[in-house]
Amino acid sequence: MKKVSVSFTLNGDPVTAEVPAAWTLLRTLRENFEFTGAKEGCGVGECGACTVIVDGDAVNSCIFPIPEIEGKSVVTIEGIADKDGNLHPLQKAFLDNNGVQCGFCTSGMIMSAKALLDKNHNPTEDEIRTSIAGNLCRCTGYVQIVEAIGMAAKK
Amino acid sequence: MLNYDYIKPESIKDVFSLLKEYGAEATLIAGGTDVMVNIRNRKLSPGVLISLRGLMDLQYINKNKGYHIGGMTTHRMLEQSELVKNELSALHDGASRVGSVQIRNVATIGGNICNAAPSADTAGPLLVLDAVVVLEGPEGKRKIPVAEFFTGPSTTVRREDEVLVEFDIPEDNSRYGSAYWKHSRRKAMDLPILGVAVALNLAEDRTIVDARIGLSVVAPTPIRALRAEEYLKGKSFREDVLLEAGRIASSEASPRDSIRGKAWYRGDMIKVFVPRMAKLAAERRGVI
Repeated sequence: MKKVSVSFTLNGDPVTAEVPAAWTLLRTLRENFEFTGAKEGCGVGECGACTVIVDGDAVNSCIFPIPEIEGKSVVTIEGIADKDGNLHPLQKAFLDNNGVQCGFCTSGMIMSAKALLDKNHNPTEDEIRTSIAGNLCRCTGYVQIVEAIGMAAKK
Repeated sequence: MLNYDYIKPESIKDVFSLLKEYGAEATLIAGGTDVMVNIRNRKLSPGVLISLRGLMDLQYINKNKGYHIGGMTTHRMLEQSELVKNELSALHDGASRVGSVQIRNVATIGGNICNAAPSADTAGPLLVLDAVVVLEGPEGKRKIPVAEFFTGPSTTVRREDEVLVEFDIPEDNSRYGSAYWKHSRRKAMDLPILGVAVALNLAEDRTIVDARIGLSVVAPTPIRALRAEEYLKGKSFREDVLLEAGRIASSEASPRDSIRGKAWYRGDMIKVFVPRMAKLAAERRGVI
């Protein structure tokens, strides 16, 4: 097995991983770091359940080659609550607004929304919808999700 | 079990020497949104992936005696560029409609064109902007008009030892308005049933000085509707003229039935969207 050693920042902490070169970022997060918040849905970049933030941008970690993460900064759902365990405003808004049903798409939805809100504090509904257009929810609770993101933006 | 090497050179010279060293074992990877999917679906089984993501100098959009777009420029950069939005509008339309934000953040325009899907959303726009592909190989650079770049589904004139480094778009596009319509069942995460791009140069008196029409998903490669373009030149910008151009463009296409749409439907929709995109292009040009 051809391996690579990559060093990057994971939720603010410097980390190093030695994993097969053919692994994806998603597999490394889940199997090497045991951060299982990002999910594998389709595995081909269509459903967005694996969304994490790399250097400020939302990406599909299931098709992100692990060697490309060298030197970059990764934020996952595990890293957005504050140090005292207080939920991020997006997490709180999803709970308060029933934006979670089965929960499988939730971490990806929240990471896509976070990438939007980090750059745009006052998004339009259209911008919110575009930001999560690559996140599929099979429970189809989209209305509550869009509302939750709008609520979080106001905080 | 997937098992490949991954090498990320920092200069294009190193890319060429790696391609020479590994030969048929090597596959180039840019944003990876096609390559990684093809590997997972077992359509590709490379011995080594050679990443172009170390070539950050191929990531740019600028205007200097024409427009220049680096091959590694992401769709998201095109989507967020005011220059592209205002002066190369069709390309903005196409780039903004690829996949999702997550895909556009990494997927590159060079990759979209080298992948050569008949449905590529930047192909129609690049065709009507008269873009030229700049390929670089160990022996130097060569330029190929986008209209001659595609040879069939997933095949192009690019040799295996060449890298797509730039798109050159002629300066005279500043006199054109342009627009692209991706006709699809849903707004995101879908491939087009049909793609229609139009660029128009209109005189103040509404005479059509020049017209370019690009169609995708209607032939083995994205095509220009040259007869419809010829018909439009010198004509007045009127509804009946645009409708006739749509009919001619439709007759130049050879769509087939597929999971996304029937051939007859694609043909009929060309007649609808050629006039509609011509109007949007004219509106953007500020003439109507």
